[in-house]
Amino acid sequence: MTMIVEASAVKPANLKADHLAQDQSTTTTVGEISSPNPRMVCRDINVWYNNNHAIKHVSLDIGKNEVIAMIGPSGCGKSTFLRCLNRMNDTIPAARVEGSITLDGQEIQDKGIDVVPLRARVGMVFQKPNPFPKSIYENIAYGPRIHGLTNSRAELDELVETSLQRAGLWKEVKDRLDAPGTGLSGGQQQRLCIARTLSVSPEVILMDEPCSALDPIATAIIEDLIDELRQQYTIAIVTHSMQQAARVSQRTAYFHLGDLVEVGTTDDIFNQPKHKLTEDYITGRFG
Amino acid sequence: MTNTATTGGARRSPQAIVEASLKRRYAAERRFRLLGAGAVALGLGFVLILFISIVSKGYTAFFQSYIELPVTFDAELIDPQGVLREGGLDETEIAQQLRSVNFLKLARDALRAEFPAVSGRTQRRELDALLSPGAPLQLRRMVTSDAAVIGTEQSVRLLADDDVDMFMKGRATPISRLDGAGVLTLEGDLEKIGGELVVRVTDDGLLPLLERARARLHDQADRLERQQAGLQRSRDAQTARLEQGGLGAEQTAEAEREAARNARDIARLETKIQALRAEAEGSDALLLGADAPSFLLRIKDGLIKLLALEASAARAELLVPPVSTAPAEAGTWETLELSIPEGARRLTDQQLAWVLRLQHEGLLSKRFNVPFFTNGTSREPELAGIAGAVLGSFYTLLLTLLFSFPIAVGAALYLEEFAPKNRITDLIEVNINNLAAVPSIVFGLLGLAVFINFFGVPRSTPLVAAMVLTLMTLPTIIIASRAALKSVPPSIREAALGVGASPLQTRLHHVLPLALPGMMTGTIIGMAQALGESAPLLMIGMIAFIVDIPQGFTDPATVLPVQIFLWADSPERGFVERTSAAIMVLLAFLIVMNLTAVLLRRRFERRW
Amino acid sequence: MSPSLLLFIILAAMALAYHLGRKRAIGVAGGLKKINRLHSLPAYYGFYAALWVGLPTLLLLLFWAGLQDHILTALTLAELPAETMANLSEGQLSLLVSDIRNLASGNLMGREPSAEVEVAAAHYLRLQGIANITLWTLVGAMALAGMAWAWQRTTPSFRARNRVESIVMILLILFSSIAILTTLGILLSVLFESIRFFQKVPWTEFLFGTQWSPQIALRAEQVGASGAFGAIPLFTGTLLVSFIAMLLAVPVGLLSAVYLAEYAPRAVRTWAKPVLEILAGIPTVVYGFFAALTVAPFMRGLGESVGLDIASESALAAGLVMGIMIIPFVSSLSEDVINAVPQSLRDGSYALGATQSETIRRVIFPAALPGIVGGVLLAVSRAIGETMIVVMAAGLAANLTANPFESVTTVTVQIVTLLTGDQEFDSAKTLAAFALGLTLFVVTLILNVIALHIVRKYREQYD
Ligand SMILES: Nc1ncnc2c1ncn2[C@@H]1O[C@H](COP(=O)(O)OP(=O)(O)OP(=O)(O)O)[C@@H](O)[C@H]1O
Ligand SMILES: [Mg+2]
Repeated sequence: MTMIVEASAVKPANLKADHLAQDQSTTTTVGEISSPNPRMVCRDINVWYNNNHAIKHVSLDIGKNEVIAMIGPSGCGKSTFLRCLNRMNDTIPAARVEGSITLDGQEIQDKGIDVVPLRARVGMVFQKPNPFPKSIYENIAYGPRIHGLTNSRAELDELVETSLQRAGLWKEVKDRLDAPGTGLSGGQQQRLCIARTLSVSPEVILMDEPCSALDPIATAIIEDLIDELRQQYTIAIVTHSMQQAARVSQRTAYFHLGDLVEVGTTDDIFNQPKHKLTEDYITGRFG
Repeated sequence: MTNTATTGGARRSPQAIVEASLKRRYAAERRFRLLGAGAVALGLGFVLILFISIVSKGYTAFFQSYIELPVTFDAELIDPQGVLREGGLDETEIAQQLRSVNFLKLARDALRAEFPAVSGRTQRRELDALLSPGAPLQLRRMVTSDAAVIGTEQSVRLLADDDVDMFMKGRATPISRLDGAGVLTLEGDLEKIGGELVVRVTDDGLLPLLERARARLHDQADRLERQQAGLQRSRDAQTARLEQGGLGAEQTAEAEREAARNARDIARLETKIQALRAEAEGSDALLLGADAPSFLLRIKDGLIKLLALEASAARAELLVPPVSTAPAEAGTWETLELSIPEGARRLTDQQLAWVLRLQHEGLLSKRFNVPFFTNGTSREPELAGIAGAVLGSFYTLLLTLLFSFPIAVGAALYLEEFAPKNRITDLIEVNINNLAAVPSIVFGLLGLAVFINFFGVPRSTPLVAAMVLTLMTLPTIIIASRAALKSVPPSIREAALGVGASPLQTRLHHVLPLALPGMMTGTIIGMAQALGESAPLLMIGMIAFIVDIPQGFTDPATVLPVQIFLWADSPERGFVERTSAAIMVLLAFLIVMNLTAVLLRRRFERRW
Repeated sequence: MSPSLLLFIILAAMALAYHLGRKRAIGVAGGLKKINRLHSLPAYYGFYAALWVGLPTLLLLLFWAGLQDHILTALTLAELPAETMANLSEGQLSLLVSDIRNLASGNLMGREPSAEVEVAAAHYLRLQGIANITLWTLVGAMALAGMAWAWQRTTPSFRARNRVESIVMILLILFSSIAILTTLGILLSVLFESIRFFQKVPWTEFLFGTQWSPQIALRAEQVGASGAFGAIPLFTGTLLVSFIAMLLAVPVGLLSAVYLAEYAPRAVRTWAKPVLEILAGIPTVVYGFFAALTVAPFMRGLGESVGLDIASESALAAGLVMGIMIIPFVSSLSEDVINAVPQSLRDGSYALGATQSETIRRVIFPAALPGIVGGVLLAVSRAIGETMIVVMAAGLAANLTANPFESVTTVTVQIVTLLTGDQEFDSAKTLAAFALGLTLFVVTLILNVIALHIVRKYREQYD
């Protein structure tokens, strides 16, 4: 494992167009896409942005209480895929999603499905911390308030506290809950956003490069946090850092130009990738 | 333990809570959305109401009533020496010759000839009032332009007075017709206008009329009762306040005075209501006063006015003599109800009768209102036109454009392209943004104090108006021009500088042409703003009453929006439609300008 | 021989100078083939000559036009017999001056001019003739001198382009400074007259007095005692009308902005937005007409039918129509502000399972609030400064009341009334208008500065 981390510590090289063209035909995914104990099951997902086919026939399970990492070169559709899982793509008028996605056996792709309770169950943390321009307390209380999760101020206080504790932010902010959330440091802001997500008790948490804007120390804190959260939540994380994927995830999926090229346990992907594209990417050999 | 909210025993899962809250939240969502749509609809509704109200008030002004009459251009009266008919005179000489000619008499005689039965000063004066004071001018103009008409009889369309015009446009009183039942006979002098007659109708033929008149009395009483109730309510409120106490002595006295006044008014209304009801219920002949609707009988081309009404007979006054005195069969006579009482109208029943008669003979008709577009303003609505104001606006706008466009483009060019970033340019920047939001009337004060009182620029002229409007529109144009310059990509400048053009050449030859459409769009919008502006112009004398059409930049003038303001202030009914029509013209200009701006933007819009 | 004729002649002379300058440059270079010997393109030598001919003469013309009347009047008056002059008050003097000028320019006067005036007018005319000849001669001489100067300086090594460019630069800088001059002009003109007003009426009286009746305060010493220049009723009236306007415009404008920015289908957006913006392009005099002739009678009738006594020039009618006028203003400013709220905040809210309206009300509104407040402040400043609607639809009576059904008057209405009636020069009545103008300018300026600052800060926050 250490060896792999070192191997991938080599700078990720750039993709070369002609190299990609040869492997355009990848339509079947290498590795085990299904999980023995799935929380979410995606089958044959296709996403278009206007005419840009951004996700092509992707099928993947996300198991209970696992952390699944999604890696791949920039623009390969990781974010797009992640946003399918709680229908955040609905907010992009140009996006069109096809295929079947179930959450605990229930289809979420249907037109009739209500996105509000879905998103309460499948939370999301974004690449750039996006705290609301409100106080720290109000940032966390927002979700519970709109959903009516608590009945009294005391309950809400308690919920805010537990959420902040779980996100490992409580100690740092407990004395200034009334301070604006935007006044925190980047790492703190990101944990605030995680706490905000936790406050509505989701079952699945989607994280889109949650550490890309953070320094190594803040990153380490969040990685620890993810490991802890795994006990209770199912987590899908997109990352550009292979070390991070190796550290926090149990399974890893490799995307390439909208295709899901390979998926498997993180150990397997990093130690013995089966697909050449995966191997190239892992070892930092691109041309 | 997957549930963070499980803190107090048997709690529902968050998922269940969320599900349960959905109905309420979606209802709120729908309400909010509806509220937004409602707000937009309200805004659009206002646009609609505004336009409908203006067009419905104004469209009639594009037509004008004329009375077509045979006019004898009496040679003895107009040209006793025959110099005019000889010809060879220039305009001033003709004017000199015609100076003392009484064209008014000519016009009036022509109208009186239509109604030979009219006699006495009062009646004549009433009849004369049907003609516009502009009618003699029309005749003078005819003679001026063609001396051949002297000594002949010509059929001339003379301008009708604005009151007649209003009636013709249905704005004086609504008229409803009622066919006559039963045979009608008239008794009395059927030659003397204003004489009293007795009307007899078989089969209680006047009964429907009588019922109608009674209903009107009841309506009137109902209206007064509503008014009374309003007074009663405000009186109750006053009593309550007085009883509550806590008022100062002065306030108490004031409130008591008010209450007493209200009580008096209530009592006065009460007697009036009683009287009306009694009249309506009474079995005597129903008297039709000046504050009740008028009932006119039209019989054999004559018109008579009912004074007192019973089921089978009535007392009446002769307005226009009928052509025959024979009894009228059922269906050959009719009643006209003029629902606005005579007392609340500008035209008397007698005048209306003449108007109806003229209309009946086809002598009174509406035609396209040319004078509205060729005349200057006037105190008489039927003579007032927008030509002076339109020209004033034109001169003003032209000067404003000449002043503001170069200045604005120059300023924008400097500020955007050359100005160093320092405190002074910052100050200018803030200044321009602030000036754009300074109330326009303040610019008027500036114009009055600086341009007129200090520099002595002549007041009421397009020149001073343009100076004020230039200062007012500059910020708009500068801001738009700067945006246009900003949108030209730096690569253009680099390219030009790269081939050795000087900085100024670069801007003038390469950047400016590309930014020009945007600047022009901004300028048109600024000009539209200037065209619609009136508040500052009131301060610098554009409010003066100027009949003459301005011939240049330093002639006293007014502008279209100020003209609208002045007309809107005039009490005559006829000015309402003219004001609305002038607004329609102004809006038409504005729409054209704004459309041009939009098209220009579309045509030249470039995405770099 | 009007100034405009001279203006055209100068312009023509400039064109000629351009032509000559250009020719001359080509000449000194030794013909068209050798023009690369010149430092600049020949056209620049032409421009240089044109500027030398045009600028000095135009400046002279400007000064002359501004000063001629003053000087001539002073000279004419100096000729009048001293005893006549001594007996004249300031008002009579200005009347006399206008009589003389009217007679001189051949305008008809209502009454027969006195012999004195006729003499003076003749003198004035004579002076005018002399002045005209002088002006023409001067202009001609200066144009020739300018041309000669440019002619003589035109040599191949003369840097004509640089000269022309620096003159153009100076012009551009002058143009840019007009904005500052305008502000300065406004400030000075209202300040100057206001100071004279406050010499007659104490400013405490003006700012805190509750009685406003400038028409009866004819004698100066009466003013302070009667308190006829207390502007409080005007301020409250202005605030009342503006408040009513904002009460309509802010919710409607804001909600339509939200609807258009967040909800409206494309088709609705493309149509509704421009139609709403029509409201912003309609001249205020049209709104005034609408208020006075449609809304006010309607309100009155409505009041009558429910037993309310609504004045025919009620604050309500004026305020509502002003509100209609301001709707598009609030709505377009708010829409900009709402659109500037970053998508990431919306995403954050949606990802928590918020509905669209929850996101708008609880995330976008608070985030956009500073910008919205800035926009509303700008709208308030506009409402306070709005003139035509209130002049046409609000009253003249300075009632101190908060009842929207009564008639109130506003600052702008009073400015217009005081300055459009018969003006007595220097009377407290006329000067009061400038004091009101100063108040209006200062208040709106403060509002604008604050609002623009807030909006700018807001924009920067999300840029
Ligand atoms: N809002 C959008 N509208 C149109 N196209 C989009 C949009 N978002 C993404 N795309 C396109 O979809 C494809 C996949 O984008 P996506 O953001 O999912 O990539 P990614 O794997 O997350 O990349 P990165 O690692 O850089 O975040 C890209 O080609 C991108 O251009
Ligand atoms: Mg991404």
